[in-house]
Amino acid sequence: MASASYVETQSRPAAFWGLLVLGGLFMLAAFAAFLHFEHSGHVVTGMDNQIVWGMPHVFAVFLIVAASGVLNVASIGSVFGKPAYKARAPLSGLLALAMMAGGLAVLAADLGRPDRLIVAMTHFNFKSIFALNMMFYSGFFVIVAAYLVTMMDRSLNPYSKVLGFLAFFWRLALTTATGSIFGFLIARNAYGSALLAPMFIIYSFAYGLAAFLIVQGSMYAWNNLKLDERILARMKNLLAVFVGAALYFTVVMHLTGLYFAKQEAYERFLLLDGGMYTAAFWLGQIVLGGIIPLVLIFAPGATQARVIAASVLVVLGGLAQMFVTIVGGQAYPLELFPGYAVSSTFQDGVVNSYAPVLGEFALGFGGIALAFLVTVVAVRVLHFLPQDDFAKLNAED
Amino acid sequence: MSENKSRRGFIAASTAALAGLTLAPGIRLVEIASAKPDNEPVTSKVRWGMLIDTSRCQSGCTDCVTACGKENGLGEVKKPRTDAQWIRKIDLKELKSGHALSLPMMCQHCAHPPCVDVCPTGASFKRADGIVLVDRHICIGCRYCMMACPYKVRSFVHEPHTDQNPEVPRGQGCVEGCTLCVHRVDRGGTPACVEACAAAGHNAMLFGDLNDPESAIAKRIREVKTTQVRADLKLDLGVRYEGI
Amino acid sequence: MKAIVIAVLWGLTFAAAHAAEPGRTPLPAIAIEKPGQCVEPKELMRRDHMKLLQHQRDKTMHQGIRTKKHSLNECIACHAGQKTGTVLGKDGFCQSCHEYAAVKLDCWDCHQPKPGQKTAGAKP
Repeated sequence: MASASYVETQSRPAAFWGLLVLGGLFMLAAFAAFLHFEHSGHVVTGMDNQIVWGMPHVFAVFLIVAASGVLNVASIGSVFGKPAYKARAPLSGLLALAMMAGGLAVLAADLGRPDRLIVAMTHFNFKSIFALNMMFYSGFFVIVAAYLVTMMDRSLNPYSKVLGFLAFFWRLALTTATGSIFGFLIARNAYGSALLAPMFIIYSFAYGLAAFLIVQGSMYAWNNLKLDERILARMKNLLAVFVGAALYFTVVMHLTGLYFAKQEAYERFLLLDGGMYTAAFWLGQIVLGGIIPLVLIFAPGATQARVIAASVLVVLGGLAQMFVTIVGGQAYPLELFPGYAVSSTFQDGVVNSYAPVLGEFALGFGGIALAFLVTVVAVRVLHFLPQDDFAKLNAED
Repeated sequence: MSENKSRRGFIAASTAALAGLTLAPGIRLVEIASAKPDNEPVTSKVRWGMLIDTSRCQSGCTDCVTACGKENGLGEVKKPRTDAQWIRKIDLKELKSGHALSLPMMCQHCAHPPCVDVCPTGASFKRADGIVLVDRHICIGCRYCMMACPYKVRSFVHEPHTDQNPEVPRGQGCVEGCTLCVHRVDRGGTPACVEACAAAGHNAMLFGDLNDPESAIAKRIREVKTTQVRADLKLDLGVRYEGI
Repeated sequence: MKAIVIAVLWGLTFAAAHAAEPGRTPLPAIAIEKPGQCVEPKELMRRDHMKLLQHQRDKTMHQGIRTKKHSLNECIACHAGQKTGTVLGKDGFCQSCHEYAAVKLDCWDCHQPKPGQKTAGAKP
């Protein structure tokens, strides 16, 4: 029997409680920010009538997109039958649930009327892609939870393949819908493109796998284990493929923009003159989140630490990408009268500035903290540490 | 109270006087629509609309904006970033010719409103008579409609309020925009901005039923070239402009 | 042990005696200051006013039906305190009862709790 023996995870109680306190403090800060915003109104945030979606949405959409992407590890195991990934499917499902919960919590906490969350679940406008997203999110919880149960309960194992397929298609539909939140906006130059849906799927692959590698690396380090070289090599190469594909989609998107005369001014803004948005795009999304991770992965002699560093950069780049897409897209002025210079009391014709306040970051980090706490507790009480079957792996080689 | 009475009296008198004012035989500047009975629902036989003659709209004049703020309890704009602005004046200057003009911009009351399409709860909706509104009772304040509106004519209520006009409820955390003064229109009145523009003698705004071929607005649209802003989107706007 | 039981019993009796005293139990202040009949029987209003209001709300909002009978503004016009001029406040008609029943009121996040002037643009 070559399968790795079950590893005791109940070690280091003090450190475990320390992690809970750390996560709890972030949650507390987020809760304070939430109460402050809801009591005083959004006037105390950096958001306004021009930048209506800000930092909380950057974090929320990132978490939701990454949540659907992290499930990809399970899908490669169950749908495509790769044993190295199958051993990681339960952890992948857990992370998907935890990150989805974190993202949705941030989204809900930023609503103008969070007390009416129930209204969002009882009144549906079926033409709204946002309403459709809410159904996809709820369904995601149910399907992934059921998938997890079938994986972890031996008697239900036979059903896990079917549920794995269902979860795979569901998450593709979900990310399509999330990308379409922006793709279906006709008004603004930055959005209104069918490319946003597949691009968000590719982004989700990259962000999800990066998040998975970070968590997996931390778990192995916690238990003084070393990830098998072959598995590390496969996963890092897969991350490279996803990061490369994300870059490719980004390039195509902007090339299209540069080709269309009506998009030229917007592309010029984003790629050259946009100040912090331009910086976030080139330095954050492209260099930090794309090129450096690729170098780290492909430079000879990649170690576990370097792969994790690359993953952290992909996550940071992902946050930068969300900032560029969401805030940058709103910062560029709407062009109501082509060929005219415009001015008004409502910031017509000017690039909108956005200075997020600390509370907005607190809300965003609160979402990450929620995902973190769910994960920390779950891996403590249940067997989520990947149990590799080396016999199968050897047979595959 | 006496102030209110006298204001009402003044408006009644000025409306009556305006009703007699004619541009050309059969075209009145301010259309006095016949009021529907209170207990009858609005129908799609009517499509309320507005025509703005930019040649009569002066740069620097904000009579329509002031009237809107007063009527709807918005007050003056003190914080331009976060205060609600249901109607705003835009000054335009053509880049090539230098031709300058000024116009009011407000909810265009689209026949195919993107804000209604995207609203997750159905709070953003279009009434049968073409007026696009926000049902604040089911608005959750997600601001997706503000992302979707090509004219950015919606505002989010960023602060608590206590000084509402009883007929125009509004409060923190919901999105709002021009209602075409629906509470007045339902009683046969005209929007406050149109009234103020006429009362000041500018007569740049014409309000009426686009579906009624006999209405002043329909006649005018037949006669002169009018523009819909961002006509490329084909949203079939209720608000049209002349002279752009 | 005996002492504790006696103390507890004595405490209970004391509390019960005071609860029975008028004025100690916080009852809602339902002051009908204006004489005359409500638009519906009192029993119906007490039980179902929220249904009537919600029904009217949707009809007004979506269909432009502006009949006065079940309109919130008409309720306020009649029930606002003569002195305070509002339906809110400690003894306000809406607030005192809702506090007693522990039912959250969010009408007033948007609606004006004071009866006010009618809009100037109403048809003369």
